[in-house]
Amino acid sequence: MKRLTPEEIVEYFNDKLKENIKDTKIERKTAGKKKNEFCTVWLKVDKSVFKDAVRELCGIDFPHFAVASGSDMGDYIELMYHFSVYYGERLKEISITISVDLPKTDLRIDSICDIIPGALISEREIQEMLGIKVEGIPDNRRIFLPEDFPEGVYPWRKDEKGPQNLVRDMYE
Amino acid sequence: MSKKTTYTLPIGPIHPALKEPVAFEFETDGERIINVDFHVGHVHRGIEWIGMHRNPVQILYIAERICGICNICHPIAFCRAVENAAGIEVPERADYIRVIMAELERIHSHILWAGVAAHEIGFDTVLHLSWAMREKVLDLIEYLTGNRITKAIMAVGGVRRDITENQYPTINNALNYYKENLDTIKSVFLDDKSIQMRAKNCGILTKEDALKLCAVGPTTRASGVKKDVRVDQAYCAYGDLNIDYMTPDLLTGEVNGDVYDRIVVRLLEVEQSIDLIEQCIDMLPAGDIMAEPKIPKLLAMLKKVEGDGIGRAEAPRGEVIHYVKLKAGDAPFTWKVRAPTYNNLLPWVPMLLGEEVADIPIVAASTDPCLSCTNRAIVIKGNKREVLDNEALHRMSVEKTRRLAL
Repeated sequence: MKRLTPEEIVEYFNDKLKENIKDTKIERKTAGKKKNEFCTVWLKVDKSVFKDAVRELCGIDFPHFAVASGSDMGDYIELMYHFSVYYGERLKEISITISVDLPKTDLRIDSICDIIPGALISEREIQEMLGIKVEGIPDNRRIFLPEDFPEGVYPWRKDEKGPQNLVRDMYE
Repeated sequence: MSKKTTYTLPIGPIHPALKEPVAFEFETDGERIINVDFHVGHVHRGIEWIGMHRNPVQILYIAERICGICNICHPIAFCRAVENAAGIEVPERADYIRVIMAELERIHSHILWAGVAAHEIGFDTVLHLSWAMREKVLDLIEYLTGNRITKAIMAVGGVRRDITENQYPTINNALNYYKENLDTIKSVFLDDKSIQMRAKNCGILTKEDALKLCAVGPTTRASGVKKDVRVDQAYCAYGDLNIDYMTPDLLTGEVNGDVYDRIVVRLLEVEQSIDLIEQCIDMLPAGDIMAEPKIPKLLAMLKKVEGDGIGRAEAPRGEVIHYVKLKAGDAPFTWKVRAPTYNNLLPWVPMLLGEEVADIPIVAASTDPCLSCTNRAIVIKGNKREVLDNEALHRMSVEKTRRLAL
């Protein structure tokens, strides 16, 4: 497959996943004296096609998966998977972030470990930090939190399930 | 009919490699490792949580303290994330000074690692030799920033201290010292027979595994994957410089993905860093070093910003990425830090499988793990956890290495 520009990447996803692509944004930044450009593509997809989006991404180039971040937005949790493609050639890398909104009533997402095994630590992390169930995860254990950390408390949450009640003990 | 018995060998949380905690469980059949599991999280310090209750200028100092070694690349990644979210243009001169600082950090980190790696295989004269060499770059960092370790030089929108022309002789002096003396370390590591015997064909990570497990930094480059943020994207002044991927075949003509190749890549990168600093000093543009030198004004501006920003940087150990969500307010709504060792944890498994117990320290150390970076978040409450005695484990590890040493 030929190398796509950021616009073509957006078009490619719009083509493949149609109305399930909720929002797209292309961010361009320059740096240094020569003002070389670096692009970040932001895609928001419907949760039903999240895994398809990752599969389509692999169709462009085998992506480097950096990390998943999550924000508690009140009624829903916004998950962002940060990838990059076209690394390995001078100044050709494009950063791609695929984000998905999960309503708090249904906190489930598909595991992508079968496509990118390196995503395992991030998936274990979002499970323990946000209380999201990653379906099909090959290793269900906690990763960073200790075994005696209370059940049902999720450190990245900003609602009643957040860690606020534990913080008082922080300086003891 | 024979029945095979395997033993589970727990090592850690006091680490066989660096002086940071990670617990391993090895399933062994005699000397062979047939299964590997690891537990991290012993140094979760709640850093992201602390950050989400501070303003971006305060976070800089926390970001700097995520890691004792990578205290340039974490602030760079954080600054870039905030600058990208807020649309701040960094002055050209600041971009160049950032590169100089980042490369000085790489020189000191790689030489520090070389000493640790030598120590792991019981070659302590090389530990002392390399750490003595490292002093020179620490002195230079102190001369330029005022501090040896936490340099406090990054700022949102630029850098805090300029580099002036009357400082050039000292910089050149230090760089020349490395040009003259690096060959000593190179020949010790690359020509010494016992290092070759311990490092070659040991702890192999194939290119395919490196790609699939998303390894970063020298760990992935030693397996032949061309992945280096400095080359891949235009950030700071790297887009202007003459720079290429450092893979082991440049020196040895082949890629094996073993411990030896990881040593080669790091030694090549020290030379590359010296070259990059010289390029930066030659090309250093005149001008401001801060986009907005008035901090209260900067903070007032950042308070109103709504948006997401990603900052990537190449740390000595690989790609570091910071994600920031700003949502009108003093503190960022979300701050996510991903340090390179986070991605280099899973590659330990294929590296260690099939190796001998005595190879654990050098293989584990060959990714240059940095666990304080990897374990950041959150608060721990309640029951005290039993911790194994540091001294006893260290003694066991040394005895084991000595017993099995060549």
